[in-house]
Amino acid sequence: MAQETVILKVKRGSGTGESSWEEFSVPLSPNSNVISCLMEIRKNPVTTGGQKTTPVAWDSCCLEEVCGACTMVVNGRARQACSTMINGPHGIAKNGETITIEPMTKFPRVRDLVVDRSKMFDALKRVKAWIQIDGSHELGVGPRVSPKDQEIMYPLSRCMTCGCCVESCPNYNDHSPFIGPFAISLVRMYNMHPSGKMHAGERLDSIMSEGGIADCGKAQNCVKVCPKAIPLTESIAVMGRETLKRALFGWLFK
Amino acid sequence: MAAKVSVKSKNGKVRRAIVVGGGLAGLMTVIKLCEAGIPVDIISLVPVKRSHSVCAQGGINASVNLKGEGDSPQIHMEETCLGGDFLANQPPVKGMAEAAPGIVFMLDRMGVPFNRTPEGNLDFRRFGGTLFHRTAFSGATTGQQLLYALDEQVRRYETVDVTDDKGVTIPGEKMVRKFEFWDVCDLVIDDDGIVRGVVAQDLKTSEIRSFVGDAVCLATGGVGMVYGRSTNSVINTGSAAAVAFRRGACYANGEFIQVHPTAIPGADKLRLISESVRGEGGRVWVPRDQNDKRKGKDIPEKERYYFLEERYPAYKNLVPRDIASREIFKTVVHEGYHTRPGVRASYLDVTHLAKTPSAKQALRNKLEGVLEIYEKFAGEDPYENPMEIFPAVHYSMGGLWCGFEKDARGSLKMGSPANAQTNLPGLFATGEADYEYHGANRLGANSLLSCIYGGMVTGPAMASWRESVKGSAYDMDDSVFDKAAKRAREEFEGYYKRTGSEFTENAFKIHDELAEEMLVKVTVERKNNELDGVIAKIGELNERFEKCEVLDTTPTGKMNQPAVFLRHLRGMLDLAEVIVLGARAREENRGAHYKPIFDPKRKEAKEYGDAGGEGAGKGRDDENWQKTTKAFFVGPKSAPKISYEAVDVSLVKPRARVYEQSSMDAAKGSLGASKDESKPEAKPAAQT
Repeated sequence: MAQETVILKVKRGSGTGESSWEEFSVPLSPNSNVISCLMEIRKNPVTTGGQKTTPVAWDSCCLEEVCGACTMVVNGRARQACSTMINGPHGIAKNGETITIEPMTKFPRVRDLVVDRSKMFDALKRVKAWIQIDGSHELGVGPRVSPKDQEIMYPLSRCMTCGCCVESCPNYNDHSPFIGPFAISLVRMYNMHPSGKMHAGERLDSIMSEGGIADCGKAQNCVKVCPKAIPLTESIAVMGRETLKRALFGWLFK
Repeated sequence: MAAKVSVKSKNGKVRRAIVVGGGLAGLMTVIKLCEAGIPVDIISLVPVKRSHSVCAQGGINASVNLKGEGDSPQIHMEETCLGGDFLANQPPVKGMAEAAPGIVFMLDRMGVPFNRTPEGNLDFRRFGGTLFHRTAFSGATTGQQLLYALDEQVRRYETVDVTDDKGVTIPGEKMVRKFEFWDVCDLVIDDDGIVRGVVAQDLKTSEIRSFVGDAVCLATGGVGMVYGRSTNSVINTGSAAAVAFRRGACYANGEFIQVHPTAIPGADKLRLISESVRGEGGRVWVPRDQNDKRKGKDIPEKERYYFLEERYPAYKNLVPRDIASREIFKTVVHEGYHTRPGVRASYLDVTHLAKTPSAKQALRNKLEGVLEIYEKFAGEDPYENPMEIFPAVHYSMGGLWCGFEKDARGSLKMGSPANAQTNLPGLFATGEADYEYHGANRLGANSLLSCIYGGMVTGPAMASWRESVKGSAYDMDDSVFDKAAKRAREEFEGYYKRTGSEFTENAFKIHDELAEEMLVKVTVERKNNELDGVIAKIGELNERFEKCEVLDTTPTGKMNQPAVFLRHLRGMLDLAEVIVLGARAREENRGAHYKPIFDPKRKEAKEYGDAGGEGAGKGRDDENWQKTTKAFFVGPKSAPKISYEAVDVSLVKPRARVYEQSSMDAAKGSLGASKDESKPEAKPAAQT
């Protein structure tokens, strides 16, 4: 039996320069994914037209869908390239089919599939996504947390800052200051924590100003594409209530 | 703890320290430096939140004894030394075990969502090499949650202003500056041999520049990519460590590479299935009938061969990793067992733990992160079918050599500048990049601990060094830094010239060939004749490396991954040679380093390739080999020089490593012990 192949159609380009498409025919091995295909290409960077080219640039790290680095748009959907299987039970393509691969569109492109997601990390600064500890020296046991609360916080803590939610969000773009669903969800997590609660107001304030929760258009795309199934819309609803309470009654506690 | 020396140099510049690598060890070092009032530049290949620490699954060890089993840091230390087959210097291990409970409480205060008991306390699970519940965990993605907690604390320092000695804010200076997507390509070393900074390259633009630092730390992780497909992230090429090695830093115990027993075979990487799966009750087995073609779930209990449980009745599936990997390898490769004919794998089974909906939910709460990896990448439901797994390269116990200073109790003296300092003055190493805590084999869930403890040691050590160093790097002439940057630029530009008919090799293919050779011959079983072959092969690859085409001549100003990969491949070839030479020279069996000829249990060793001869069947050889391997770079065309150093075993007397019964039973005399071996949960009593 001849080895199965797929065609990778990759959008290429650098910075704000022009883009072009290149197609590569890639042989498959058992359990191939988009990353293993890109790795094949760099060993023999020749297009289907026989043109020698440069290896495709892409961003990746853990290859097991916990670091978030290799997010790209595959067949129109933002997802991690490592967990996008080509063949096998969850495969996205059959022998000879074409797979389209593009960089995410909501961030500045660096080169080919590599984008700069710094603004997501900046958003985490803005919402003060941390617990204000007194220091890393020994201060005895931490606060008790009920297993029930832990079961809510743990899934929220798995956000990889990968960019899927904002890539799919119609309200997140160059013309809007919206910080994105991931940041709002993390505010919910820190505001639940026993000592994080002490600074809940500051975090709520940060998402009540420009680009905050009010900019969410409730398209609900984010929750559908989140690779970790984080209940983003639920977090936005909870924070919506909390910010409303603070807007109405916050002055009482100032 | 305020800094005793001025935050500014004589010529008015803010005196920073440099931390390379933003995983757990690097970030903890940064936090300790910031708490000491020292501003830091972090240089990292990836945004620090994406560092390889995210991949750690199972948990972090601390003898908090919250389960009332009589666990203590003393026992933790003894089991770590035993697990490492007595190759680790013991004072740092003692310091680590004693600090562990405080570290877990600190992480808890930082908001890590650790799993909880019904009373709201931290929950602990079992891990390999111990009979105690010693491992705190956050689902099965503990490394991710720990890294995020430290990342958040460091992000806070990105918003904190630097203040001068009078407490006045220095405009435009923050405590932490991050340089992400930057790759270290050289060290800056002054005429006195003191490390004064690094040269690094912006991967987004290929720009190369030098960084000044009054202390430099490499927290750059392991070297798994030397083996190509491993459980490691693609960034774990060991490149920064190799750069330091080329500049004279000693690399220690390179031959000790941990092979994790349970990973999912894959085309691009071997994905880890955490030891916590066995800690929660997962069982390893193969069908007794080697021709059995049924699905794992259809094979009845009595036709299953639970080989680890039969061979190790006390520790069962939770023997240390080197032993479990060897047993799986032996059972599948040598004895011919497998999950299905034609598949080189063993089963790892949790289906018996998910028989009822409530049991399944409980299992999900503890292991979802790892079981979903199996589901996504192998395409099978692990709650229904046993998982197919095989050992994979996982962790480097070896790394950059660094020193330590003992206190009066024989533990580590916190704050000594000798701690974590390499043989290059001013250069520190911590985390998986160092060699300090795990000896010849690391126990599960000790790596997250050693990374964070390493950072807690390294931060204060760098602060002390910065106080005592002769003159600040910031007061030095620029020419030292300019020269280093210029040299690195020339080297990189040299890569661009690698185009034309004489450059016929593809660097990625050379990497594949190196990886294949290392994977087959320098992992679970090592034979001298094969190791000689690998050494010759590396020599050949080194020559072919010179013929590698650059593949991408995009001018500087843009990202160029293939050119950068040449530097990383250079480093991988260097470190592969260190690993293989160390393995070839070490004529004994210890932890992860195993030559069949020395196995006391395997009389037929010669059938596996090594002729008998002197020392056959001797096992571990403390008299000749209880020593640290130290490798030094000699020259680009010469093999590294290897020397040895005695191990500090002042705290735990070396003894035979026996896991067929409780290790504490085997150690009668040094510890009280439970006599009841028939009960798997029997716990040894604490030291009296």
